[in-house]
Amino acid sequence: MNTVGQQLLNGLTLGSTYALMALGIAMVFSILHLANFAHGELLTICGYVMLGMRYTGAPWIVWVVAGIAASTVAALAMERLAFRPMRHANPVAMMVASLGLSILISYGFEAFISPRARAIPQPDWMNTTLMVLGLQIRIQYVLIIGVTALALLGTLLLLRRTVIGTAMRAAAEDFDAVRLMGIKANRVIATAFGLSGFLAGIAAVLIFAIRGSVSPHMGFALVLNGFIANVIGGLGNLWGAVLGGFIVGLLETGFRAFLPSSASGFTNGLLFLIVAIILVLRPEGLIAPKSAARV
Amino acid sequence: MGAEHHVATKGAEGPAAAGPSAPPLLSVDHLTTRYGPIEAVRDVSINVNEGEIVAVLGPNGAGKSTILASIMGLVHPAAGKVHFMGKDVTGFEPETMVRLGVGLVPEGRRLFKQLTVSDNLRLGAATRKDKAAAKNDLEAMFELFPVLKERRNQLAGLLSGGEAQQLAIARAMMTSPRLLCLDEPSLGLAPRLVDAVFELMRDLRARGYTILLVEQNALQVLEFVDRAYIIRTGRVQMDANADSLQDEKELLEAYLGVKE
Repeated sequence: MNTVGQQLLNGLTLGSTYALMALGIAMVFSILHLANFAHGELLTICGYVMLGMRYTGAPWIVWVVAGIAASTVAALAMERLAFRPMRHANPVAMMVASLGLSILISYGFEAFISPRARAIPQPDWMNTTLMVLGLQIRIQYVLIIGVTALALLGTLLLLRRTVIGTAMRAAAEDFDAVRLMGIKANRVIATAFGLSGFLAGIAAVLIFAIRGSVSPHMGFALVLNGFIANVIGGLGNLWGAVLGGFIVGLLETGFRAFLPSSASGFTNGLLFLIVAIILVLRPEGLIAPKSAARV
Repeated sequence: MGAEHHVATKGAEGPAAAGPSAPPLLSVDHLTTRYGPIEAVRDVSINVNEGEIVAVLGPNGAGKSTILASIMGLVHPAAGKVHFMGKDVTGFEPETMVRLGVGLVPEGRRLFKQLTVSDNLRLGAATRKDKAAAKNDLEAMFELFPVLKERRNQLAGLLSGGEAQQLAIARAMMTSPRLLCLDEPSLGLAPRLVDAVFELMRDLRARGYTILLVEQNALQVLEFVDRAYIIRTGRVQMDANADSLQDEKELLEAYLGVKE
């Protein structure tokens, strides 16, 4: 029983990071209908900036702030330099462009930094363990789940309580109608990208806390999990994506923990099988798109 | 259709609110707009003077909505000019047109159905600098449309057709337009509600709004507009003051297929 509890906690922790990533992907998708493959690189950009900060001798919290800032700025730059010139292009063309961007950035890291994983050490206090109800709870897990909860709450408040957030929800429904309110299209889109980059930065810091290292191509595997989360939750549905992120995290952890080691290579295969089953049962995702903008 | 009928001269002594020398609030000159190879609007010229209600009438598919979309910058014209308040605004973005003072109630209303009635109205005023005036306008809209006040915390998607149309008009008015454009506001409404919408148009004009109205519902619209343009297959076929058009029932019947 304790093993189940422990794995549930592990799954929630991993799921938290996927949820933040999936929320950022959904935010851009809901407004632009762009499946941004380069979202994964926003995470590795955060990682390499943290790595760079490591060599300056600055404390860990400075690495974190610099990493999250870098992801946010990178997302804004992607919008401005790559996607804005293609605004009126077909969403598939934009998706291919994002794939190109992803390849360009990840191979850039491989060529100019290192093809191998580089360590991003965590502060020691993170690995302190608490015993609660017979569960080993690392401070790290409390931090990850707590930060995720705060980030989700902050996003919710921004979307519900601010004018730009309301405009973003409206833009997910009818973009031209938002422009007819005098609201600048570029501002809404840039805000969506900026926020998606900010969430990617937070997700990245949490993921590196779990994994302890960054490598050039890890963004791609992560972004795939982010997309799976979106498909499970209902494409373009923000809170569906969050739910999907937790489901993917729990499933992945469950397979790793309970599959016999000879079958551990099937983790991703089983994940896709379950996605397929969910889509057969509920083709529009767990939360139907009609409620997409309900926040 | 045979030869074009121009009855513009009849409209020459029309009830333009501004003097004949004042430049029109909106002027569209020789506008042509294409969707791919198809010319939806061909060489159309339209004027709206301050304080007028002007209608663009014509059958479905005549290009009426495209004229409004071209004015608003939702589509970019292939040729021709649009001037608003004397300024060349051809090809401006919709958000810029709204800031300059042109409001559009789009065809099919296009409310934000997942947002509350209040949020829909608030977005209308989102970019206004005069926050105090915007707040007053919100109260004024609730006074003008009491049902919206009653339902202000409900999702816009739950409104009935008539209520939704009221919200669409109120939302556009929250942008504080000098010229309010309406695209088929009577479409899909029960006859009683159509009357109410047209009654509102009269009321808005009495309050000093300038209105450009696109409609299929010609006979009813001619009862209260100052001037009308008849559009068919992308061209202006007639341009006259409303009284004289009402006397031309046979022509209307021929052009619009309307019968009393």
